[in-house]
Amino acid sequence: MKHFGQLFTSLDQTNSTNAKVRSLVRYFEKVDDEDRLWAVAILSHRRPKRTVKTSQLREWAAEFANIPSWLFEESYHIVGDLAETIALVLPASTSGSEQSLSEVIALIKNLDKKEDEFKKEQIMSAWLYMTFEERFVFNKLITGGFRLGVSQKLMMRALARYENQDENKIAHRLMGKWTPDTTTYEELIRSENPLDDISKPYPFYLAYALEDEVGTLGAPSQWQIERKWDGIRGQIIIRDNHLFVWSRGEELITEKFPEYHPLAELLPNGTVIDGEILPFKDGSPLSFNLLQTRISRKNITGKVMDTAPVILMAYDLLEIEGKDIRQSSLQKRRSALEKLLVDHPTEGVIRLSRILDIDRWEQASEEREGSRLHNSEGLMLKRLDSIYQAGRKRGDWWKWKVDPLTIDAVMIYAQQGHGRRANLFTDYTFAVWDGDNLVPFAKAYSGLKDEEFTRITSWVRKNTIERFGPVRSVKPEHVFEIAFEGINRSTRHKSGVALRFPRMLRWRTDKRPEDANTLDDLKKLL
Amino acid sequence: MRQNRSNQLLKFTDKGIWCEKADVYIDPWKKVKRALITHGHSDHARTGHDSYLCTESAAPAIKYRLGKIDVQTIPFSKPIRINGVQFSFHPAGHILGSAQIRVEYKGEVWVVSGDYKLEYDGLAEEFEPIECHTFITESTFGLPVYDWRPQDEVLSAINQWWKSNAEEGKTSIITGYSLGKAQRIIRGLDRSIGEIYCHGAVENINEVCRIQGVELPDTILSTQEIPKKDYIGNIVVCPPSGINSPWLKRFGSISVAICSGWMTLRGARRRQGVDRGFVLSDHVDWKDLNRAVKETKAEQIFVTHGYSDVYSRYLNAMGINALVAKTEYTGESIDAASDQNTSAI
Ligand SMILES: [Zn+2]
Ligand SMILES: [Zn+2]
Repeated sequence: MKHFGQLFTSLDQTNSTNAKVRSLVRYFEKVDDEDRLWAVAILSHRRPKRTVKTSQLREWAAEFANIPSWLFEESYHIVGDLAETIALVLPASTSGSEQSLSEVIALIKNLDKKEDEFKKEQIMSAWLYMTFEERFVFNKLITGGFRLGVSQKLMMRALARYENQDENKIAHRLMGKWTPDTTTYEELIRSENPLDDISKPYPFYLAYALEDEVGTLGAPSQWQIERKWDGIRGQIIIRDNHLFVWSRGEELITEKFPEYHPLAELLPNGTVIDGEILPFKDGSPLSFNLLQTRISRKNITGKVMDTAPVILMAYDLLEIEGKDIRQSSLQKRRSALEKLLVDHPTEGVIRLSRILDIDRWEQASEEREGSRLHNSEGLMLKRLDSIYQAGRKRGDWWKWKVDPLTIDAVMIYAQQGHGRRANLFTDYTFAVWDGDNLVPFAKAYSGLKDEEFTRITSWVRKNTIERFGPVRSVKPEHVFEIAFEGINRSTRHKSGVALRFPRMLRWRTDKRPEDANTLDDLKKLL
Repeated sequence: MRQNRSNQLLKFTDKGIWCEKADVYIDPWKKVKRALITHGHSDHARTGHDSYLCTESAAPAIKYRLGKIDVQTIPFSKPIRINGVQFSFHPAGHILGSAQIRVEYKGEVWVVSGDYKLEYDGLAEEFEPIECHTFITESTFGLPVYDWRPQDEVLSAINQWWKSNAEEGKTSIITGYSLGKAQRIIRGLDRSIGEIYCHGAVENINEVCRIQGVELPDTILSTQEIPKKDYIGNIVVCPPSGINSPWLKRFGSISVAICSGWMTLRGARRRQGVDRGFVLSDHVDWKDLNRAVKETKAEQIFVTHGYSDVYSRYLNAMGINALVAKTEYTGESIDAASDQNTSAI
């Protein structure tokens, strides 16, 4: 734990990516294969199985720190991170941990299905002999969500440097469903044939948002233009008569989508398709909300599949007949995809994302503006001769999203932020007019500059009407332009509507509260 | 509650903390005739009052910041009677000259603590616990997550950071409030590593302190004329606003650190986008806040700025009668916008 704790500290104390990579390389040099494999696993979001409930951790931490549990919860709200909160409230220890990372992980795994008393005793005595950093990483290992201020990409860069291998090859080796329990460091990183994991997906190629004028992209004829569908980006793999469905977040979600299961038989082995998992009924896409609700369900019942049936909107073909074709041009991959779907009809499970017929950019622009009619988020622009790259890259692929919907609303509640913005009021509730009443309809906490949050914070302090725990009602005085991606009817909300991704576009200091929009204005956007 | 609100010795009004009996205000934020000032920070000492009363050692900075004002001074612990009410100033340990103000009338004692800390920093007069019936306290860091390390430990971490920057040929930039924190940092710096440069706002206060007899190591005013290469390996002390301004362009390769209690939280440090955060505060942490409250033996606590809702709830749960009081004090801020001392450059 000592080395891993130090790695955390050195990563945390710098903003320079070079310095971070250097720290990682130094760590890889210092530890053995087992610890190195675990570090790679953790930094690629493969944490050990959760063996302790976070509610128990909170309780034990409060007990250890000798504070009431509500006070622990208040602290957690301000800090915003459970592992950090626990590390902060525990009384300082006099010694550090002598155990290795793998030993500590073994300790955590060993808690599985044990008596609560045993768990408590193990965790508390582990805490006793750890420094602040070690406690923090230990708690992170238990609770998951390990970020460490270093991206998977940087970790792969450091590992590639340490192994003296190509970064893209390392990236591909690290894809898939391996865990330190199913492989060894040698096998995963150094073996000759890393592809024997038949479930292994390819790294997704992701586009940046188009910032420049679309005209700067050259002639439309060099581009493949499709709609940007609002679902979950996914990869479908058929190998050895097995089907694997991966989300962009590198989660294996095969079981969530029984609709796709026939594909194992319908498509030939050695096929990998990149597409959008899309709720779809009667020839058109449904709202993303339906998919979200479905994803959160544990069991996919017939009823769920009935309300939110999915298809795969196919974008690209990455592997055919077991051959990786990512280095061929998009044009070639697309015709291979079209041919594949003609030769192997999928009974509507897979649909081809239609290529729009565009001669001039003005047409594209019109199509983009009409995106909402198609339940789409905008357009995707992909260069016909582009290869399929790994990760988010500029140049060949762009997403050109439709402008958000906006409404002017009055701030009526404010709450202190947490984590990055613990000492500022950053979470606001907004309302629109319904006659003489202000009806709350959205909460937002992003979109303003820190300097604006600072100004609003001191205003909130002076203009609080009432306090409800951490929430304060404030004078209805400030107007904000709220942007959002979509709006749906909702019976759960007082306003009767629910917004998707609401955020503050700007603080309208030029407007007075009576200038804000009305509930009717909002409902017109439905 | 022991007494009803209408005859409280001190009241929270929209102008500030008011002693009706004596008609004086303590740290008022709106214009008043007579103001008793705990210390010179801008949320406590504001312009526009007809007369000011503060401690002898707090006066120079207050005069410097507020210009032509009518200031009377008083030594620590010496009582003064105003309209039958007895007032006295006692060390708060926050910055040089900072005081808690004790108010006594007919055996009833209230203490307004202003901003304070218990650890002796070598610069501010050491905090003195005062027994009282009612204690008014801030709660800027009134959560159990705030737990300061001893000053020596923090200063030696700062010196280590400076040293390793110097070895890499970098200039170290460190921020702290111009009044108080900056001098505390400067006094702790290891001069064997290099020279200490100061932003104008800090250097002005240094001068005020030196005239007052405070011993500070030699510092150099950072000016436009000094070439970048002169800064290499040395350290520059500046107010929080310095690191978000074009002022920073006068240095070459730099490493930036903030000194603040807020640096406890990783999130707060990330928001500032600096290389290092050192947890060094002029306010009490959780353990000292509770110790201070306990040592007053007060029956009633008013909690002003900070996590006042949470902390008053905690005190009530511990069997101590506590209420939240609305004030316009801001506590420690790492945000540029609230360091008003820089306007005095
Ligand atoms: Zn202060
Ligand atoms: Zn203050």
